Amino acid sequence: MALRGDWMYENNGGTCVAIAGIDYCVVAADTRLSVGYSILTRDHSKICSLADKCVLASSGFQGDIRALHKHLSARHLLYQHQHNKQMSCPAMGQLLSNTLYYKRFFPYYAFNVLGGLDNEGKGCVYTYDAVGSYERVGYSAQGSGSTLIMPVLDNQLKSPSPLLLPARDAVTPLSETEAVDLVKDVFASATERDIYTGDKLEIVVINASGIKREYLELRKD
Amino acid sequence: MQNVEISIPTLNGWLLGYPVTYLFSNEKLKKATGVVSMQSLHIYKIYVTRYPYVTGTSVIAMKYKDGVIMASDTAGSYGSTLRYKSVERIKTVGDHTIIGASGEISDFQEIMRYLDELILYDKMWDDGNSLGPKEVHNYLNRIMYNRRNKFNPLYNSLVLGGVKNGQKYLGTVNMIGTHYEDDHLATGFGNHLARPILRSEWREDLTFEEAVKLIEKCLLVLLYRDRSSINKFQIAKITAEGTTIHPPYSLRTYWGFSHFQNPSKGAAGTW
Repeated sequence: MALRGDWMYENNGGTCVAIAGIDYCVVAADTRLSVGYSILTRDHSKICSLADKCVLASSGFQGDIRALHKHLSARHLLYQHQHNKQMSCPAMGQLLSNTLYYKRFFPYYAFNVLGGLDNEGKGCVYTYDAVGSYERVGYSAQGSGSTLIMPVLDNQLKSPSPLLLPARDAVTPLSETEAVDLVKDVFASATERDIYTGDKLEIVVINASGIKREYLELRKD
Repeated sequence: MQNVEISIPTLNGWLLGYPVTYLFSNEKLKKATGVVSMQSLHIYKIYVTRYPYVTGTSVIAMKYKDGVIMASDTAGSYGSTLRYKSVERIKTVGDHTIIGASGEISDFQEIMRYLDELILYDKMWDDGNSLGPKEVHNYLNRIMYNRRNKFNPLYNSLVLGGVKNGQKYLGTVNMIGTHYEDDHLATGFGNHLARPILRSEWREDLTFEEAVKLIEKCLLVLLYRDRSSINKFQIAKITAEGTTIHPPYSLRTYWGFSHFQNPSKGAAGTW
């Protein structure tokens, strides 16, 4: 469209990864915010806790990402008032898809990974494109380092084909600590080659006992 | 109005960048205009995505031991012409915040009208509450992002600093709504030239004197390398005690470096 020029969007980079296990989910993202060859800040969280068992990590344009996170948080507050309970992760997954598609012709420039526990307490990961196409998977990577990370996850966690009948569980066989270690490794590797990934890694682990956060320093160059 | 064919302009065309109108024949006129006012319709061109005219260059700011320090020059450039030389680009907002602006000066002045109104209306509650730097930053984030969503941005990069409840705050927002906080910040050229210096020399426990020294080092680099900067600077500080915006002053420059006097010397292959 005529008025929609390059200036409307900015790519602030960043990488998001989520891995679902049998009774946990790991969501991680780096904390670098860049534009072009400049680093704007080294400590900017891309992860938003939306519900007790639902966490969203997004990379892309920071302005859109913050607007999206605020919108979803507000929608979740309304949901709590109306239903007197926390939204489930599959419900939040659908809401995020609808929210993105609502702006199909003026999209949020945001690449999302939603992680959490489903209604049975199993780990779940939803992965999106900018306009709301989404899929439940066992693991996913989005953002500037996704091309470096996704093949490694495929190699390490090969999930059963989605074509198989009856459908198999997509959750990974790894233990929680193994999954966290894998996430640390893939980010350390992506940081070596992707200029938009680095500085610090924020890891969020969701399991039956709640949400845990931990940090790992990454290369700063 | 009886015999004329009427076309009703719509806002649907606004996003498309060209006017979209609905045409109605005379007999359908009554029905078509039944829902709208019969007053004559004035159509104004809606201007969006303007270019900046008078612009300010970098602002740099950082936290130090007891507050936040911010600095900029006082130039207002008209393209590459230095059109205005004493534009104050650092202002106070309420009791706990200072704001520094680069980019379009008129848009900054418009922003100051928004902020002054915001502060005034908040004061009128007279409930003892006041807006801190975090609130002002949040307000501006929404203003900037909303204006970009209307294809009508405020052409600025803004830096906000302040102290409230013993908490130092330093944040920035740009014309499309990207916003973040850090211990030290710079806009425009400052991001390339000043921040690397700040990253290697900044400490949390810098005294005011040390902070001024560091800021002046950055300003001097910008003065030498940013052609739209001028040697007339303002430094502002904000602490728990209050705000001070110092009157403009100049830095001592030295142009006697051999590479300034003869840039091609020692650079084989140039003229």
